[in-house]
Amino acid sequence: MEQKWMKVIEPKTRLFDLKLKELVRYRDLIWMFVKRNFASAYKQTVLGPLWFIINPLITSVLFTIVFGGIAKISTDGVPQMVFYMAGNTAWSYFATCLTSTSSTFTANAGVFGKVYFPRLVMPISTVIYGLLSFAIQFCVLMGFIVYFIAMGENVQPNITVCLIPVYIIHMAALGLGTGIIISSMTTKYRDLSILVGFGVQLWMYITPIVYPLSTVPEQFRNLIMYNPMAPIINNFKYSMLGCGKMEWGYWGISAIVTAVIVFIGLIVFNRVEKTFMDTV
Amino acid sequence: MAEELMLKVDNVYKKYRLGLIGGGTLRGDLQSWWAKVRGKDDPNGKLGDKYYDKNETFYALNGISFEVHKGEAIGLIGGNGAGKSTTLKLLSQVTAPSSGKIYLNGRVASMLEVGTGFHPELTGRENIYLNGAILGMTKAEIDRKIEEIIDFSECRQFIDTPVKRYSSGMYVKLAFSVAAHLDSEIMIMDEVLAVGDMAFQEKCLDKMNDISKKEGRTILYVSHNMNTIKQLCKRCIVLEHGRVIFDGDCDEAIELYLGKETEFGVTRDVDDYERTLEHTGNVHITRIDMPGKTFPVINEKEQLRLEIYWTANNDIKQACFRLPIHYRDGSSAGMFISENIHDIKKNTKYKTTIVLNTVGLVKGKYNIGMIVSEINNYGGHVRADHIYPAMNFTVETLPNSVNNIQWNHNVWGHYTYPNTSIITEMVK
Repeated sequence: MEQKWMKVIEPKTRLFDLKLKELVRYRDLIWMFVKRNFASAYKQTVLGPLWFIINPLITSVLFTIVFGGIAKISTDGVPQMVFYMAGNTAWSYFATCLTSTSSTFTANAGVFGKVYFPRLVMPISTVIYGLLSFAIQFCVLMGFIVYFIAMGENVQPNITVCLIPVYIIHMAALGLGTGIIISSMTTKYRDLSILVGFGVQLWMYITPIVYPLSTVPEQFRNLIMYNPMAPIINNFKYSMLGCGKMEWGYWGISAIVTAVIVFIGLIVFNRVEKTFMDTV
Repeated sequence: MAEELMLKVDNVYKKYRLGLIGGGTLRGDLQSWWAKVRGKDDPNGKLGDKYYDKNETFYALNGISFEVHKGEAIGLIGGNGAGKSTTLKLLSQVTAPSSGKIYLNGRVASMLEVGTGFHPELTGRENIYLNGAILGMTKAEIDRKIEEIIDFSECRQFIDTPVKRYSSGMYVKLAFSVAAHLDSEIMIMDEVLAVGDMAFQEKCLDKMNDISKKEGRTILYVSHNMNTIKQLCKRCIVLEHGRVIFDGDCDEAIELYLGKETEFGVTRDVDDYERTLEHTGNVHITRIDMPGKTFPVINEKEQLRLEIYWTANNDIKQACFRLPIHYRDGSSAGMFISENIHDIKKNTKYKTTIVLNTVGLVKGKYNIGMIVSEINNYGGHVRADHIYPAMNFTVETLPNSVNNIQWNHNVWGHYTYPNTSIITEMVK
């Protein structure tokens, strides 16, 4: 009697069998992990979720003092505080996505070694969890923008703020894609996990966060903008503060690069997840 | 028509590389690669070991195949390293086979550990949701079952307390309760019942019996506890060195597994047997026989006859035989002490015949140890020779015997008092 099987476990999967359908079935688990991360992150801390605000606030003040006050880097006429804060808010979301997804396999080896669920659930839930702190920081940023507008400063949010969700999805995808590629490689090469923290910091300085694009010498501007994060940050600042200009072309290139990275990431991740328990 | 197949394992191998896996670091691997390109020795290979890269592999599973039907509860037994846990890992998709295929006809819930993903900061209730989702339930399914789960766990009073405040027993109860209420068609369990108090263990076994018999779901269970295997499973698979060596009736499988290590038959030459236990060597046992037997099997009314051939390497004034008897699971059944033997002469061969009155030993398999005990001038005993296990034998019940029942060795011991008489009379 020939029998139909619901599932066949084989030594190797086909390259493009990404099992995204299965991921949909486990959507409740994604939410559960988001909730767990939130509940556990600030339990038994005095200030709780306030830390979401304190961290970027202090960084922005520090940038204002160091890059604005001491180094006197131009901010295109926008008040320094909001200029740095806008860059920071967006960047810190991306950085969180990248660093937390890059340790997916090593950090969850305990759970992964005992029970099966689509491994992609973990990085996706951390990316969603990151949205929470982004949202809170974004509200603080809005508060400052409203304050500076009321003070009559040169801050001009414009219609492109409608694109904010797109920026967010773009950053999440780029962070996730890069993160899962790194996490797949850290199962064998632990060096990479050390490199990540350092790499993210370097990456920040080649992204127009502490400086506007206009201060970059013409011949380097192209180079900077091929960095897929640069046009996102640049456009984010334009939408929120009205400084500089929209960079549609570079953004398009960045989107293509991101798509490629995510695709490669999914394939690599999918290959590694089957047997990583033997090497981790 | 046979019951529907739920699971089919088809010629599955799992290969592991021995020793360090990879170089461990990117630098190490690049180094090895560069050395290979230039045709030099791998700087990360083990010294003087050319086979480091290619041949040091280990097959945890060496081509196993079996099928499981709907509603079956199957026990998986075998010694350490036989491949039980690897099999479960493959079935629960934690890692992939090296070759071969596994066919599944339903969702698999694996309990390789209780409380996977439990977070100490979350409350019992939150952990039920989290753990349930990890094991593959949707939120709606858990919503439907949450009350049942809490009741089963006996933790209702503490359900909204973070689990880090739980006792380890409560933790385990809660975790098992979640797993026991999964809707999966195939359940995979790795010795999860070895925890919790006796009452809860009983409850878990009952629940699992329900799962397989009433709800018609399939259970695959790994344990070293033969009693729970017996209670739960009708069919057992015995693994050894990554191969299936037996697939069939549970009792037979357990006997095979327990009797696997030593089988001496009715005559054993122990002249060259290397003694590892402490002894002086003043006596050397050379051979042990069970005369008049083809198999080392006696019935419950029979006595066990042993002939022991031995040599004295020294003059010994007094000595005796001591024969400790152990049930096959290692628990002690009793001890036989012989009368003293006097004036043993140096370099002389002896033969001692011992008739052990084994009447009363319950059916099962037993090991006999053999100690020749030298008694010194002060009455102290010194072991002159010591062999364990020296022989083994099986006791069988006669038909119509009152002892012909499922004997609970753990509780009742290994001895039934023979020839007990009772008188019952009517009284006014």
